[in-house]
Amino acid sequence: MERYYQPEIECASREEIKALQDERLVRQVRHVWENVPYYRKKMEEKGVTPDDIRSSDDLHKLPFLSKADLREAYPYGLMGMPLKDCVRIQSTSGTTGKRVVAFYTQHDIDLWEDCCARAIMAAGGTNEDVCQVSYGYGLFTGGPGLNGGSHKVGCLTIPTSSGNTERQIMFIQDLSATILCCTPSYAAYIGETMKEMGLGPDDIPLKAGIFGAEAWSQEMRREIENTLGIKAYDIYGLTELSGPGVSFECSAQSGMHVNEDHFIAEIIDPETGEVLPEGSQGELVFTSITKEAFPLIRYRTRDICTLTREPCPCGRTHVKMTKPQGRTDDMLIIRGVNVFPSQIETVLLNHGYPANYQIIVDRVKNTDTLDVQVEMTPEMFTDNLGDIAQRQKELVEGLRSMLGLTAKVTLVAPKSIVRSEGKAVRVIDKRKI
Amino acid sequence: MTVNQISVFLENRPGTLTNMTALLAENGIDMRALSLAETNDFGIVRIIVDDVYKAATVLKDGGFVHKLTPVLAVLIPDEPGGLHKILQVLTEAGVNVEYMYAFLGGGDVDHAYMIFRVQEPQKAALALSGKGIKLVDQENISQI
Repeated sequence: MERYYQPEIECASREEIKALQDERLVRQVRHVWENVPYYRKKMEEKGVTPDDIRSSDDLHKLPFLSKADLREAYPYGLMGMPLKDCVRIQSTSGTTGKRVVAFYTQHDIDLWEDCCARAIMAAGGTNEDVCQVSYGYGLFTGGPGLNGGSHKVGCLTIPTSSGNTERQIMFIQDLSATILCCTPSYAAYIGETMKEMGLGPDDIPLKAGIFGAEAWSQEMRREIENTLGIKAYDIYGLTELSGPGVSFECSAQSGMHVNEDHFIAEIIDPETGEVLPEGSQGELVFTSITKEAFPLIRYRTRDICTLTREPCPCGRTHVKMTKPQGRTDDMLIIRGVNVFPSQIETVLLNHGYPANYQIIVDRVKNTDTLDVQVEMTPEMFTDNLGDIAQRQKELVEGLRSMLGLTAKVTLVAPKSIVRSEGKAVRVIDKRKI
Repeated sequence: MTVNQISVFLENRPGTLTNMTALLAENGIDMRALSLAETNDFGIVRIIVDDVYKAATVLKDGGFVHKLTPVLAVLIPDEPGGLHKILQVLTEAGVNVEYMYAFLGGGDVDHAYMIFRVQEPQKAALALSGKGIKLVDQENISQI
């Protein structure tokens, strides 16, 4: 049975959602115009005033915001409320340069936690569940967001934060955790550690996992589901907009419902900025229509995905976004070919290699090189050099057919690729371009 | 009549072989024979040791990926045609040799030992002993 945290809005008709978005967008644009001089200047430069925005159909007239704007306006330049009305800051994990700081009023936190509660109930959570939050707590939004959502659902919440993996497993066992929230790479690592401890999926009571904050493939999802014996749900979000829970997966596992009563999603052509029709692949752009303290309009996420409003069997009516197929800024261009690390991960897992890998890009004599380092496992190792070389060749061939270019595959010693308790460092680009 | 060979995966960069030999030395493991096979970026070191169980345990604990493989250890008279005679027996028995390597050991100066990795070690062992060729087992290897 599908469960909802706020069924009246999660399953509202498209007309109701549109009417709500129209009203909230008009109000938000006026709020920003009056309170955020940085964005008002951008609007003036484009010759747009709040009077031009009469409904969400006018959204395309508004200027974009990007991470560069957030850096330029750091720390207070994009605030929509005086500091005395703010109660919290969170900050990005800084995987792509300087940190971004976002502000929250109590109302902002309340709505953010609602979004996370929707995600937990969509994963089957109720007040009878024990929810272990193994996302980092602190400046990172993962821990605080899911922690708040878990409280709202009424789950018994175990705030383990990340790290100390054997203790994580001990709590899962001893306190009968049924839901696990963390990054997918940490979930995989917990699974790996369980194996080393001689534990299988039947030894733990987990039934669902809510995993986000980094890109992961379907193959990695299946692997995590098998080792932990759970159903794994994706969750998506950005610190700039609130944190996890901007969108989340339902039981259909075929895309993530965007919480459209709080965020308007658009897909644009990353080159021209033009809005693309529904179903096209492009860059995801969000407008926050309820956020008070940090109200971002048309924020470019750099995530590449598609949107669909086709009816979902779960009963929710909110638009669904695909798992990001990559980012406009982590997309590697190697010898002119667009490469997404998730494609490489798919090939590795299909060939029976572990999900621990590292992609090293370099430029030697003006030619790009792609080196995929993957760990040797006891299962794959034999005393026969020819057999190993043959498997290596098959992997190179698999990568060639997926990516359209030749990669070098290097087998490295087990455990030599650094394990991550947060976001894994998958790509090392040594090129100086 | 086979002995257990330990194969170890090593990355091809300075120090990896030293790390392994250090581990064996610290644990008082004596190597009888060693052979290396390598590509540009990794290698497989194959060793015959006095204490297989202990070696396998310390390698596993030391984080090395390894594998045990039954191989034949054959006593070969140190004279012209010594190896040829053995290969002839294997050829007649239809046994394909994947790889082989030799070592000298103990006080016996008239003989060498040859390690053969074959697909069907039992069949090869029978063919060899049927022709009066002496095979060395795990216990003998430990005592050399």
